[in-house]
Amino acid sequence: MITKMTHMCVYVLNQDSAYDFYVNKLGFKVHTDAPMGPGARWLTVCPTDQPDLEITLFLVAEGAMFTSDTVKTMTDLIKKGTFGAAVFTCVDLQATYEELKTKGVVFKKTPTKEFYGYEALFVDDSGNWFSLSQPI
Amino acid sequence: MASPNAKVPHYYKIYLYKRVVQAKLFIDVHYAESINLNSIADEAYFSKYHFIRLFKSIYGKTPHHYLTQVRINAAKQLLKKDIQVSEVCTSVGFDSATSFAVLFKKSVGLSPSAYQQQQRQRMTDIVARPLRYVPNCFVETYGWNKN
Repeated sequence: MITKMTHMCVYVLNQDSAYDFYVNKLGFKVHTDAPMGPGARWLTVCPTDQPDLEITLFLVAEGAMFTSDTVKTMTDLIKKGTFGAAVFTCVDLQATYEELKTKGVVFKKTPTKEFYGYEALFVDDSGNWFSLSQPI
Repeated sequence: MASPNAKVPHYYKIYLYKRVVQAKLFIDVHYAESINLNSIADEAYFSKYHFIRLFKSIYGKTPHHYLTQVRINAAKQLLKKDIQVSEVCTSVGFDSATSFAVLFKKSVGLSPSAYQQQQRQRMTDIVARPLRYVPNCFVETYGWNKN
């Protein structure tokens, strides 16, 4: 029986910039920031009230996993906004929207009432998009 | 959205939201200074009572509670950098070392010095044995165990 998710991956194009976006703009906490040898870094962050879910900000870079072709393809797709990475929730969507907008976060969809609650869509510094919701 | 007042016009609700958010961002920026509820409420152009009610309806905690939380979080970051506890206390806006120690322990579960010691060991360990902090599937997939 699967009971929990502990790690998820968001592929990013620059880890320093992703750190700034997720920590300083979204307000996430750094869980682990570990050097993994030349050019590699294990960087995970957690939403404020969810310290046991590590979001891995994984760099799309040529290496053991990705060929240069793969890096090019993934970079293009991420920049184009192909990947919707996750759904986040908040206590008050309008307030969170106003705050993130003030901090420079780009929204693809402003807070809108849907049949399941209120939802907005924002984009991270790489191009991944996320749903931000407030359940009814 | 969790409206502070369902009967007021939409544009006015947005206006209220912007002011409360502004006050929250004021805390985020000025937490290390000698700010209190009065100065925060002034920043948002609210009466104290009205401000506390709106802030709590939006963020789920009082402005005072939020300010304390921001200060504790900032203290954790400074303690990780090996800065002395007494210096951390004043750097994040606490006037009293005693109240800092009590509030820190209540929030984190450890005294500031014990937390600093724990983080020092963790940071040393991360640098020395980073693979212990990464799920093995990633280590093998990305070939980090061959570095």
